[in-house]
Amino acid sequence: MKNIISNINKAFDHRIRLGIMSVLMVNEFVDFKTLKELLGATDGNVASHTKALEKQKYIIVEKSFIDRKPNTRYIATAKGRKAFQEHLDALEKLLKAGNELNK
Amino acid sequence: MENKKYLDDLSEIRNMMNRSSRFISLSALAGVFAGIYAIIGAILAISILAGGGSIYEENYNAVVASNISTEVIQQLILIALGVLVLAIGTAIFLTTRKASKNDQKIWDHTSKRLLINFFIPLFSGGLFCLVLLQYGLIGLIAPAMLIFYGLALIHGSKYTFADLKSLGYANLLLGLIATQFIGYGIYFWAIGFGLFHIIYGIWMHNKYDRKTAE
Repeated sequence: MKNIISNINKAFDHRIRLGIMSVLMVNEFVDFKTLKELLGATDGNVASHTKALEKQKYIIVEKSFIDRKPNTRYIATAKGRKAFQEHLDALEKLLKAGNELNK
Repeated sequence: MENKKYLDDLSEIRNMMNRSSRFISLSALAGVFAGIYAIIGAILAISILAGGGSIYEENYNAVVASNISTEVIQQLILIALGVLVLAIGTAIFLTTRKASKNDQKIWDHTSKRLLINFFIPLFSGGLFCLVLLQYGLIGLIAPAMLIFYGLALIHGSKYTFADLKSLGYANLLLGLIATQFIGYGIYFWAIGFGLFHIIYGIWMHNKYDRKTAE
């Protein structure tokens, strides 16, 4: 049991960060506005949680200008994808173990 | 206790993955309406063809284009355009309503992606059908419409409800079968665009929309 819990990634132990990673797993890239709308979070919230994921090198941030307006894109890195996949596997195992105990 | 949190996490992951990559406000009822318009259109077309002399040879295995007057062809094209405009209009109206009810935008990156991926095969199919008409190969128009529509649905299903794929396969298969019975094109057309849409629309409505409406 202890072993399984150690695979649960603390970086994804928050609804917003979990959401950001989920969105980036199935999209090539996502911009700031879309991410904000999808998560129903504030500007500051999205900014701080993306920064936390960037620090872990799970996502990269690309800043550019579209029609002279700043545009920020987020992209999941290979490291981030691997970590998220492991997190998912750990969740799955934990739930399975929990179900066995309840039987 | 812990289990509940992990289950919530998993449903949040699934929800975010779906909402960010698929357009899920597509109305199921719009499918039913499209089917009804298609059947009305087919009945009109059959009555026009019956009035204007048969275009079929006796064995129904061939269609003779020369028997059709340009007037009849114009009427048929008008019917087809009418069905198309009504079906798309209803779909836009019902989908907009569903999106605002779900508090989602109708025009975002998921709907854009769906439209591009759906209309590229469909638009090519439309042009191809006009080419068939140009060369008088009218017997192949109904099968070609079904085949291209099926391919457009299969391609588009990646960007909305995955269930759309089954409707695509059904239409594709029907279109291929129709190539062997070209005298019955209009009936195959009515089954594919009419009956299949109605069945699919009701099924999808029961599966997704009725639950949220209650």
